Amino acid sequence: MPFGQIADVTGTNPFALTAVDTDEIRHILASKYPELESTRYAIAVDKVIVKENTALNPGAVVALLPPFSGG
Amino acid sequence: MQDQFRDRYSRHVLLKGFGAVAQEKLLAAKVLVIGAGGLGCPALQYLTAAGVGVIGIVDDDTVSLSNLQRQVIYKASDVGQKKASIAAARMLELNPGITIVPYLLRVDTTNALKLFSEYDVIVDGTDNFATRYLINDACVILNKPLVFAAVFQYEGQLAIFNVADANGIKVNYRDLFESPPAAEDAPDCNEAGVLGVLPGTLGVMQATEVIKLITGIGKPLLNKLLIYQSLEAESYTVQLTPGKNTSESIPQTPEAFQNTNYEWFCNAGRKLVDELDPEAFEELVELEHVRVIDVREFGEYPKAYFDHEQIPLSVILREVPVFEESKILVFCQSGKRSIQAAALIKEKLKAHQEVYSLKGGILNL
Repeated sequence: MPFGQIADVTGTNPFALTAVDTDEIRHILASKYPELESTRYAIAVDKVIVKENTALNPGAVVALLPPFSGG
Repeated sequence: MQDQFRDRYSRHVLLKGFGAVAQEKLLAAKVLVIGAGGLGCPALQYLTAAGVGVIGIVDDDTVSLSNLQRQVIYKASDVGQKKASIAAARMLELNPGITIVPYLLRVDTTNALKLFSEYDVIVDGTDNFATRYLINDACVILNKPLVFAAVFQYEGQLAIFNVADANGIKVNYRDLFESPPAAEDAPDCNEAGVLGVLPGTLGVMQATEVIKLITGIGKPLLNKLLIYQSLEAESYTVQLTPGKNTSESIPQTPEAFQNTNYEWFCNAGRKLVDELDPEAFEELVELEHVRVIDVREFGEYPKAYFDHEQIPLSVILREVPVFEESKILVFCQSGKRSIQAAALIKEKLKAHQEVYSLKGGILNL
């Protein structure tokens, strides 16, 4: 599920990827969308923010959360 | 409670689960709202109406016409006036029974710790990463509850930091984003636009969480980040946990905090690129043998009135073009993306070539 600036690049609709862990997700996205290579974002797996590379179970929901600064 | 208070706050006093006890807690509380803008205005209105005893308002900015699309406490006749002064006067008109303290200043490392220590809860309604990280770190050092919100176009983020849950666990902004992004990766409202009602929604949600924290009602949004999506009318909440390295990235002492340069920390890389002010840029633009490049995406407005070509940053990120001209000028909307583009182009330049970025972008011309 892409949010904010990520959705600007990927489109707003959730999409499916085949990946074993969150590092692979970052890698796939960076090669598909070069703009995302330098973009910083947090990843939540099944609604929990993960800081380190995390294995993904089948059907896991991965949220891509960039920081917002506006106020 | 005095009779006039009993009348003013009667709907709270009558409210099951709230009552005079919770109202007294609000009247005894001190809340500091930083930024009297899109988030701060609605937060201030409801905190004032609710009867928070002392409310501080920090802002050094003036009201501009483009603020009025979302900063609803200001009037057209306020344009050019100091936001904190106007906001304080409006809030006193709404509720003369509380104390409103305007601070016509910008929070920085020299004033934050002293200022924050005088309040029970801090509300972050600012609009840039440097100040957001500064506020976060000051609140961690002081162990001060921080009610955070931020917006981007049609989405908002909301969280409470530095308040321990039932298990004694607490988080801060760096547990979500340990260090700031490059400014060009996170455009602000000036650059990316924002649906006017969105900061209103988030600011009111901040006020709600402040009231819950002070009165102890309900379940405050502890150790969670809520993302509100206005276009879908949906919200998405994720769990936050303390990061292993977070505490190391925060200044450990007030002295270390005061010696941290947050502007630099949020703009690393900027120093590598030469920026031109509008006057110098407009002079160079007229010359021959100068290549002028708009690095915005296709279809962004306003269009430039001078000769130029468009190579969006997204294209430059894929492959950096090679130029022959001795001077290359790049610009974008607000001068953030053009710095990134200029830094990339600079790596490919020959010795006699130079690249410049328009400071403040086309909006500054």
